[in-house]
Amino acid sequence: MTDIADQSVSTAAATTGRSLLQRGEHAKRRAASETRFRMLGLVAVMIGILAVVGLLASILSNGVSSFFQTYVTVDIYLNPAKLDKTGNRDPEALQKVTTFAYAPLISAAVEKLIETHGIEIEGLKPKDAAKIISKEAPASVRNYVLAHPSKIGETVKFDLLADGRVDGYYKGRVTMDSAKLDRNISPERLELADKLKHAGVLKTRFNWSFFTAPDASDTRPEAAGLGVAILGSAYMMIIVLVLSLPLGVAASIYLEEFAVQNFFTDIIEVNIANLAAVPSIVFGILGLAIFINFAGLPQSAPIVGGLVLTLMTLPTIIIATRAALKAVPPSIREAALGVGASKMQATFHHVLPLAMPGILTGTIIGLAQALGETAPLLLIGMVAFVREFPGAPPEGFFDPASALPVQVYNWTTRGDPAFVERASGAIIVLLVFLIIMNGLAIMLRRRFERRW
Amino acid sequence: MNEMTETATEAAVNAAASNRSVKMRGDKVGVFYGEKQALFDVDLDIYEHEVTALIGPSGCGKSTFLRCLNRMNDTIDGCRVTGKLTLDSENIYDPKIDVVELRARVGMVFQKPNPFPKSIFENIAYGPRIHGLVKSKGDLDEVVAISLQKAGLFEEVKDRLNEPGTGLSGGQQQRLCIARAIAVSPEVILMDEPCSALDPIATAKVEELIDELRENYTIVIVTHSMQQAARVSQRTAMFHLGNLVEVDATDVIFTNPSDPKTQDYITGRYG
Amino acid sequence: MSEHTVTAFDDDLKFITRKVVEMGGHAESMIARAIAALVKGDKALAEAIVAEDLVLDSLQYELDERIIVILAKRQPVATDLREIIGAMRMGNDLERIGDMGKNIARRTKEIDDIVHPRKVVRGLEHLTNLTLEQLKEVLDAYVNKDVQKANEVCDRDDEIDQIYTSLFRELLTYMMEDPRNITFCTHLLFCAKNIERIGDHATNIAETVIYMVTGKSAISTHGTRAE
Repeated sequence: MTDIADQSVSTAAATTGRSLLQRGEHAKRRAASETRFRMLGLVAVMIGILAVVGLLASILSNGVSSFFQTYVTVDIYLNPAKLDKTGNRDPEALQKVTTFAYAPLISAAVEKLIETHGIEIEGLKPKDAAKIISKEAPASVRNYVLAHPSKIGETVKFDLLADGRVDGYYKGRVTMDSAKLDRNISPERLELADKLKHAGVLKTRFNWSFFTAPDASDTRPEAAGLGVAILGSAYMMIIVLVLSLPLGVAASIYLEEFAVQNFFTDIIEVNIANLAAVPSIVFGILGLAIFINFAGLPQSAPIVGGLVLTLMTLPTIIIATRAALKAVPPSIREAALGVGASKMQATFHHVLPLAMPGILTGTIIGLAQALGETAPLLLIGMVAFVREFPGAPPEGFFDPASALPVQVYNWTTRGDPAFVERASGAIIVLLVFLIIMNGLAIMLRRRFERRW
Repeated sequence: MNEMTETATEAAVNAAASNRSVKMRGDKVGVFYGEKQALFDVDLDIYEHEVTALIGPSGCGKSTFLRCLNRMNDTIDGCRVTGKLTLDSENIYDPKIDVVELRARVGMVFQKPNPFPKSIFENIAYGPRIHGLVKSKGDLDEVVAISLQKAGLFEEVKDRLNEPGTGLSGGQQQRLCIARAIAVSPEVILMDEPCSALDPIATAKVEELIDELRENYTIVIVTHSMQQAARVSQRTAMFHLGNLVEVDATDVIFTNPSDPKTQDYITGRYG
Repeated sequence: MSEHTVTAFDDDLKFITRKVVEMGGHAESMIARAIAALVKGDKALAEAIVAEDLVLDSLQYELDERIIVILAKRQPVATDLREIIGAMRMGNDLERIGDMGKNIARRTKEIDDIVHPRKVVRGLEHLTNLTLEQLKEVLDAYVNKDVQKANEVCDRDDEIDQIYTSLFRELLTYMMEDPRNITFCTHLLFCAKNIERIGDHATNIAETVIYMVTGKSAISTHGTRAE
């Protein structure tokens, strides 16, 4: 075998003076540089992958626990003597009873709970035992009573949020050692929690209220949720979509298909390109100056956020749409014009449908960008602490609301480490939304492209 | 002197073709792209029920002239047409003319087959639909079938009218484009190198089709293939550097052209 | 005329012209020598000329083959087409001229032992010289694409016809004078007829040259085609 190969080499060398099997000096150098470049590229890709994996891992490890929450099941006797002194279940009278009246009921219920399970812990004052329950609990019990006044006088089973520190204890954030130094928790209370968990009264389960509950104050991280932020972001996305898609597409079609190429349109084009590169905080200032100070729109409202984000998204959509329109082969336009279609017919019957995947992809990517934008929203006051859910649209657009990225920012600035966990959880929610939107973009593109 | 001989030949040509009536007439047609003049004072008559071939080297203005005939040049920024171009003695560059109506009467087939990315049926139905030529679905079906038959494509595609037009072979696509042009019942069909992207067999089919269409339509074809011009046309016009060099019966042009430029071009001596 | 973009086409056309000229030269010399052999009664020379016709035939074969290949490969039009078709026709004419030469040479072998009057032969020589002059002229016209010259050749054909007619009368007189002359004179008459035919072929070639250059057939320029 080798002999034959050798022979062919020698004959080849004999006829042409050189062989394909022997690499020259130049070829060797070239091959080496090619290999080097390939390695470099591979290293770059690996670094990128590592960065993404590291980022995801850190966020997930911090944030996943925020989707779980510790609850204590308590039987509370809704004492009519405390809650309804008149006894006629008058809703107005019930409204006047504050959460301070409910706190003792919860304390009593916890004491009873300890008693029934026969738990005895040295050094735990009965008054402190109730502190394993969240400060948010009286409010939720009160809400329940206001909704069901007939239940007063009965004993009702409640799933109450455990205190943030107790929750943190089960998530590894709080230890017995740290509890000794902590004003808000004591090792005895943690011991009680352990015992209650053992008794099956205290449980950790999936935290739906993380998605539905509004934000909570600094001292009650366990109650804080993304409800208002998600709704606010959704409202803004609706506004952005409704405003920027038609505006952007109309502008692009005009510029690409109808406008005459002259100095004026050149200037517009340059400005659109520049607008896409303007830092987003500048749009925030613009929004503050024009929409709030000049037009007098309310602060912290999704309508203002939506308008600002629309301004920011428009250039992206216009650029993407124009690229998509440009990508439609001119032969299609000629074909349509050739059979006597007007320019508008050619554009709307043939060019636009073909450009649709590109336009939609551009729009969704623009929306995703807007969804993740924080800086301009800070300036228009969406960073405010909002506990009230905005109303149904369209009035709801003018109610104060928060937004997902702003909520993340907000939580990371708070002292309690429980909020860092919540912020990571919010980031995960944001990422999931972005992935869904990008997935949608890919799906739409596939679907439209597969048509022919 | 030169001018005299030119008018003399023109007169002879006109006399020879006197049994045909003039469908379109170019009178001192000039075309400018911005400052640059692409076509200089072209006087060319297109006779009814004849195939007129426009030949000449690249950039000679033949495609430009063709695109003037249904005002496709309008779509190009900065394009300006001077002189007079008539269709049945009506100036097609009259400001009162409706371009859409003109293009329905003067159809066009392009160099690269460019079916719409829609079904075969939709491709042909589009023209009649936007011009409101059909009243009912039945009428539309009929127009589509007839157009495909005229384009010699019906038998090949009748079972897959709902399949995409882009799925056909190159030659079939080009015949589909011809069928699409026919569907709006034009009087003149302009063809811009219709076979340059086709293989010889598909080319032969299209050429055969062009010859058949001559009976009902007036055809103007731009081609780079001298043989094609010789095969399909009755009259040939030679363009060079934006000028109409010579126009004569195809039989004469390919055996005994009078202008040395034509001579050089068709015998392969140009450049 | 400028060169073709495809230079191989020019080579093809040059080849054709060369072949035609070569055939022409060959045919010319055959006729000249055939008449010389006739005049001198050179039997061996006559023999050689008969054999030589094969060379002319093979030249024509080469020419035709090349022309067919050119037509298939290059699809010539206009001047090129006319030039090629003209060369084909001329090849035919020249080959026929060669056949005439062969005919004369054959007759030379038949009539060598008969005593012939100088005067008659001189008339034939004159006819031949004139015809050969025509042939030479027309080949010149072909090489130089000279329509003027070709036209002159066409016009002079009448002169040859007249000389032939007078030669015919002369031979007829001889035959009537003395029946013994009949055999010889008949041979001579056929030779003269052949020479006259060569003149016609020369005229054909001249017409072909005119067609090649102007693209107009002889019918449109001269009214009739020479026989």
